[in-house]
Amino acid sequence: MSARDALARRLARRLAHRLAIGAPLAWLALFFVAPALVLLKISFSVSVLGQPPYEPRFDLSAGFAAFLESLRGLSLDSYALILQDDLYLHALLGSLRVAGLSTALALLIAYPLALAMAHAPRSWRPALILLAVAPFWTSFLIRVYAWIMILKDEGLLNRALAASGLLDAPLRLFATEGAVVIGVAYAYLPFAILPIYNALDRQDRTLVEAARDLGASRLRAFWSVAFPLSLPGVFAGALLVFIPACGEVVIPDLLGGPETWMLGRAIWNDFFANRDWPAASAAAALLLLAILAPLIAFERAQMREEESA
Amino acid sequence: MSAPSAARLGPAGMCVLALGFAFIYAPILLIVVYSFNASKLVTVWGGFSLRWYPALLENRQLLDSAFMSLKVALASGALATLLGGLAGLALARRGSRGRSALAALVYAPLVMPEAMIGLALLLLFVALGVERGFLTIVIAHATLGMCFVALVVAARMKTFDASLREAAMDLGAGPFTAFRTITLPLIAPALVAGFLLAFTISLDDVVLATFASGPGATTLPMRIYSQMRLGVTPEINAVSTLILCSAAALAGAALILARILRHGAR
Repeated sequence: MSARDALARRLARRLAHRLAIGAPLAWLALFFVAPALVLLKISFSVSVLGQPPYEPRFDLSAGFAAFLESLRGLSLDSYALILQDDLYLHALLGSLRVAGLSTALALLIAYPLALAMAHAPRSWRPALILLAVAPFWTSFLIRVYAWIMILKDEGLLNRALAASGLLDAPLRLFATEGAVVIGVAYAYLPFAILPIYNALDRQDRTLVEAARDLGASRLRAFWSVAFPLSLPGVFAGALLVFIPACGEVVIPDLLGGPETWMLGRAIWNDFFANRDWPAASAAAALLLLAILAPLIAFERAQMREEESA
Repeated sequence: MSAPSAARLGPAGMCVLALGFAFIYAPILLIVVYSFNASKLVTVWGGFSLRWYPALLENRQLLDSAFMSLKVALASGALATLLGGLAGLALARRGSRGRSALAALVYAPLVMPEAMIGLALLLLFVALGVERGFLTIVIAHATLGMCFVALVVAARMKTFDASLREAAMDLGAGPFTAFRTITLPLIAPALVAGFLLAFTISLDDVVLATFASGPGATTLPMRIYSQMRLGVTPEINAVSTLILCSAAALAGAALILARILRHGAR
C-alpha cells in the first residue's frame, strides 16, 4: 500500500465521519434550533393586525449596530400580557395540576401491574412486555376517542351503570378535568409501566429473601427493601408521563370542558383562533420553563445518586 | 433471579395482571365491537351490521387524506432513517467532534411538547416564506422521527464490537466497503425498527401536522380529529378499527422481519 493510498483513505474516512455528524447536525440546526430562535424573537414582538400578524422587533440582517439599537426597542408586551392575564395563570396551573394528577393515577395503575409482571414466570415476560407496549403502536387519537365513547353523558359507562340500576342520573364525567386526567393517564400508561418494570426486574431478589429470612413479613420486606430500590424507575416513569402531559393539546380538547384550560391548548387557541402570534410564542416559552424545572430536578437527583454510589 | 422468584405470582398477582391488561385493552376492544353496531347512535347496541364499512370507501375526503398520510409517513420515515441512522452512528463513536452538541440536539425534541415544536417550525416557515403543504409536514415529521431513530441505532451500536470494523479495515477494506459489509448489516435491524417507529409516529401525529400543513394537505389524523371534535359517530369507529387492524398487521410484519434479520446477522 503506497503512502498516497493511505492518505486518500484517511481523507475518505474523515469525510465519512464529517458527513455522519454534519448532516444530522445541520438538519437539527435548521429545523429545530432556528425555529426555536424565531419563536423567541416573535415572543418579543408586538402583535399587529396583518400578515404576518406581528411587528418584528429585531432583525439580524441589518447589522450589529442596528441589532443593538433594536434591543432597546425589544418588547416585553406579550410577556406582560400573559403574566397579567388570568387566563395564562389558569393555563399554567391547569397544566401542572392535570399533569400531576394524571401522573399519580398512571403510577398507581402501573406500579402493581409492573410488580405482577416482574413476578410472572420468566417465559411469560416477553409476551407481557409486548402487551404493555403494543398500545403505544396504535393510534393515540383512537385511544382517546375510546374514552369519549365511554365517559359521555349517554356513553357506555353511564348506560352500564343505569342498566345495572346503580344510578338514576348519569354521572357527569365528560368535559371535566377528571376526564382529561383519566385520558392522559391512559394514553401515557406504557411510559410508566416500562421503567418501573425494568427497575423491579433488575433488582437483586436475594435482598428481599434475606429480609424474609431475618423475619420480615412479605409486606414489610417489600416496603423496606424492594420498594425503595424501585424508586428510580418510579421517578423515570413519572417524568415520562408528566412532561408530555404538561404540553398536551389533543386530550384536553377532546375530553375536557371549556373550563379545562392548559398551556398547550392556550398556545393552539392563541395561534389558530386569536391569531396573536407573540402571545402564543410567549406561552410556548412559559411551557418550556414549566417542563425544564422537573427535568433539571431529575438530572440533579441522578447526579447526586451517582456521586453517592 | 432464580427458580423460587419465578413461582411467586399468586392469585392476587394474577388478578392484578388480568385487571391491568383489561384496563389497557377494553377501551380499544369497545371501539372495534361498536364499529359493527347497526344503530346510528354509537353507544346504543342495535344489532350486528357491516354497514359502516362500505360507506367509508365512498368518502372521497377520507380516502384522499389516508393516501396523503401514507405518502407523508413513507417520505418522512425514509428521511428520518437516513438522518437518524447517521446521527446514531456519530453518537456511538466516542471522541468525535460535535458529538455532545448532537446528543443534546437529539434528546431535546424528545422532551419538548409537540405544540411548541410545531409552532416554532410554522413560524420559521412563515419567516422564510415557504409555502406550507406536503413538504413541510414531511420536514416536521422527519425532524421528530430522526431523534427516535438515532436513539435506536445508537443503542444497537453499543452492543457491537468496534474491532470487527477495524479488522476489516486492516485487511484492506476502505471505509465505505467496511461500512457496507460490516456496519450496515449489523445495524440493519435497528434501521428497520427505527423506520417503523418514525413511520408510526408520522401516521399518528396530529399536532405537528396541523401546524406544518397548508390548505392543500390534510392528513388522516387531522381529518379524524376534526370529526372527533364534533362527537362520536359509527364512521369514526369503523375507520379506527381499520387503522387498528393495519397497525396490528404492521407490528406483526415488523416482528417477523426483525426475527429474519436477526438470524441473518448471525
